[in-house]
Amino acid sequence: MLVELSSDQEFFRETTARFLREQVPAEQVRRLRDSPAGHDLEYWRRGAELGWTSLLVNEEVGGGSISGQGLVDLSLVAYEFGRHAAPGPLVPTNVVAAALSGTGGQAHAEVVGELLSGEAIAAWCYAEPPPYGRLGDIALEIAVEGADVVVNGIKRPVEAAGQARYLLVTGRTGGGLTQVLVPVDTPGVSTTPLRTVDLTRRFDAVAFDHVRLPTAAVVGEVGAAAEQVERQLQLALTILCAEAVGAMQTAFDSAVGWAFDRHSFGRPLASYQALKHRFADMKTWLEAGHAIADSAAAAVAADLPDAAELVSVAKAFIGDYGGELLQECVQLHGGIGLTFEHDLHLFLRRVALNRVLYGTPGEHRQRIADIVERRGAGARPEGAA
Amino acid sequence: MNGVVGDEIEDVEDVESFRLRARAWIRASLKPYSAERAMGLGSVSAEEELAAVAYERQLQRAFFDAGFAGICIPRKYSGQGLTPAHQRAFNEELAGYECPTRFQIPTMAPCAAVLLEFGTEEQKTRHLPAILKGEEIWMQFLSEPSGGSDLAGALTSAVRQGDDWVLNGSKIWTTGAWWSDWALCLARTNWDVPKHRGLTVFILPIRQPGIEISQIEMLNGGKDFCQEYLTDVVVPDADRVGDVDNGWTVCVRWMFHERTIFTSSYVTHPVGAPRGNGGAAPIDIARAADRLADPCARDLIGEARMLEVVSNELSRRISAGMTSRRMSDQAAAVSRLFGGTARARTTTIKSELAGPAAAAWSDDDGAASQAGVGFLMRQTSCIGGGTTEMARNVVSERVLGMPREPALDRDVPFRDVPRGGSRRA
Ligand SMILES: Cc1cc2nc3c(=O)[nH]c(=O)nc-3n(C[C@H](O)[C@H](O)[C@H](O)COP(=O)(O)OP(=O)(O)OC[C@H]3O[C@@H](n4cnc5c(N)ncnc54)[C@H](O)[C@@H]3O)c2cc1C
Repeated sequence: MLVELSSDQEFFRETTARFLREQVPAEQVRRLRDSPAGHDLEYWRRGAELGWTSLLVNEEVGGGSISGQGLVDLSLVAYEFGRHAAPGPLVPTNVVAAALSGTGGQAHAEVVGELLSGEAIAAWCYAEPPPYGRLGDIALEIAVEGADVVVNGIKRPVEAAGQARYLLVTGRTGGGLTQVLVPVDTPGVSTTPLRTVDLTRRFDAVAFDHVRLPTAAVVGEVGAAAEQVERQLQLALTILCAEAVGAMQTAFDSAVGWAFDRHSFGRPLASYQALKHRFADMKTWLEAGHAIADSAAAAVAADLPDAAELVSVAKAFIGDYGGELLQECVQLHGGIGLTFEHDLHLFLRRVALNRVLYGTPGEHRQRIADIVERRGAGARPEGAA
Repeated sequence: MNGVVGDEIEDVEDVESFRLRARAWIRASLKPYSAERAMGLGSVSAEEELAAVAYERQLQRAFFDAGFAGICIPRKYSGQGLTPAHQRAFNEELAGYECPTRFQIPTMAPCAAVLLEFGTEEQKTRHLPAILKGEEIWMQFLSEPSGGSDLAGALTSAVRQGDDWVLNGSKIWTTGAWWSDWALCLARTNWDVPKHRGLTVFILPIRQPGIEISQIEMLNGGKDFCQEYLTDVVVPDADRVGDVDNGWTVCVRWMFHERTIFTSSYVTHPVGAPRGNGGAAPIDIARAADRLADPCARDLIGEARMLEVVSNELSRRISAGMTSRRMSDQAAAVSRLFGGTARARTTTIKSELAGPAAAAWSDDDGAASQAGVGFLMRQTSCIGGGTTEMARNVVSERVLGMPREPALDRDVPFRDVPRGGSRRA
């Protein structure tokens, strides 16, 4: 999280933090593992009142930010979600709300309104089952037939599809990408719940079997949505990374506390140099995670030229090093670290989940390599050999 | 726009107009960046190295004459009296262009930075302009054959004689002392108190009869590493930095500047040029090895770029935290530790990308031809500037507040502290 917050941002962050502390303490998160939705509707609606769903939405349709950079503000919410391993479809709802308000003009204003109030949830149907070549390859077809579009294909994993009223579906029309907004009760749409590592996030496989909709359901232009999709991906990655850093922070704090408290051979664990040095390494990963998540959020928020690279760097780094940090925390806790009764696994789950969604660290390293290659080697002055 | 510079308030040129002025001068006057000519630990002949040093002295003078030397050094010491934002803009404009690398680290930071904080007015007026004009290259005389991590255990002695001090002992691991001019030197002035309380810092010219310099051959054949033998070196008391026996206070800041060299606003560094013992970029090595299409190679290129970007962002975060006082100065060890291990990993990646050319190569292998020896020298990034283990001690003890290691030399007069072995006398 940013070293320096404005007082408005600090107040905003603290309001969400307090709400999560009260509403979803660790005990409640454990209980929610048996809840089909993973969260209650009232919780989400009250969160929406705190601003969880409006930060990426234009003011004309009812959104607005705290700092002028809505994504940076949202990353504060995401960070607190991670710190509390909080339930709720933060990524899909925000990404879909942003997509609809950014490209849909007034066309989807009503749906945006439902998402803003927390009355409805949306899911983004992006990832696809194997076989696919690499991150972002899309096989699902969206065909234009007269005044209709017809959707055919499978998406998985789709977060919150089972709870959502609307699905934003990314597909292919010929050589280009198209996005359509599909009400979940449209004939031909079927969802099958998946199991997941997280206690409160829910995922489905969603099948589209000749799902027919009027072209008004298209979000943006037919066959020309690639930039929009890339933007959505960057938003999703930014939120996931900020959330993972929050989870890393809580796990690290708890492990440090434990190291002072737990004794072995008559002295605290924190007095053994072999362990102190591992904590020092973890501290560098944690601070580096904060640094890169914040830089990515700022770059994506302002749509800077290096946003794509920074956000992939953030995902690759936080994915790998966040995972290592959590596993180190488990190791330094000993046996208790592997139990359901200890809170550590709540954060391990969140980091494990976010590590893989929207591209594994390896897939993002490939994206980074593409960017490095495109930019050309090193910094070379114009005209110089 | 007003800026606070030292203790004066001056009119400060705005960053954008400064940037344009810098851009125009850089493009009209400088050659492209050359990794071969830049300071490193490479193995080149003495003539080539001396020619490179002479060239950089002229280059530094050209920066000075154009008004781009010492951007954050106050004007009264012949600097530009500008802000870190100006230095950043200059570094960005300098991307891809040559730079007097041998005047940056350790001359500007830590040495000039320490002088600015602790030097007398006379010392600053004498040396800072000389540095900026390309006349003085500085070295740090810290490490000794008996140990470098335990800085406060320095054995080089300084004994008072009237208005002078007489220094005896040996310093080691200075990179380039044989072609340098001045040194900041840590010495023991009191053996009857615990180690931290008997140290004093001095400045001294390196080329003088009392100092014998021997070049140490490194494992890559380079000979820039030096050991200095000090025999009855006379230093006037006017060349003492800080108070007598209070050298540790200076050292604490000295170490701070050492750990923050990569974000120091005194250092000019073309953005994107390799840090330290960098060599060719991973993508260039992969291209030279004809592996650009190999997904395994691309994974490694992605990882190396990830580590580079994250190191930079981390340094930025930590320096912002320290500037705003939300983090203590000890947090500098966080970026030092991460940067050291990240660069070591990147060196391994380069060797992997070069493939067989990292074992046996010819000149035709281009960028891939440096990777083998680069790997042999990998640990420099984790040893130079204080080891990563020492950084781990600082992070765990000073940042996280974990119990200090037991020390057998605390609260004991230094002369009674047991001493161990050294491979070099
Ligand atoms: C490229 C390069 C440039 C350098 N430039 C300079 C220079 O300009 N001026 C200068 O004075 N020196 C310079 N040095 C020297 C450098 O600062 C020292 O090598 C370093 O501080 C380590 O000291 P040492 O070599 O005596 O190793 P030692 O201090 O003997 O350490 C040996 C090993 O033990 C570990 N160790 C020691 N104490 C502890 C402890 N308390 N806890 C855990 N581990 C410990 C160390 O980390 C290291 O791995 C340079 C070194 C390099 C590689």
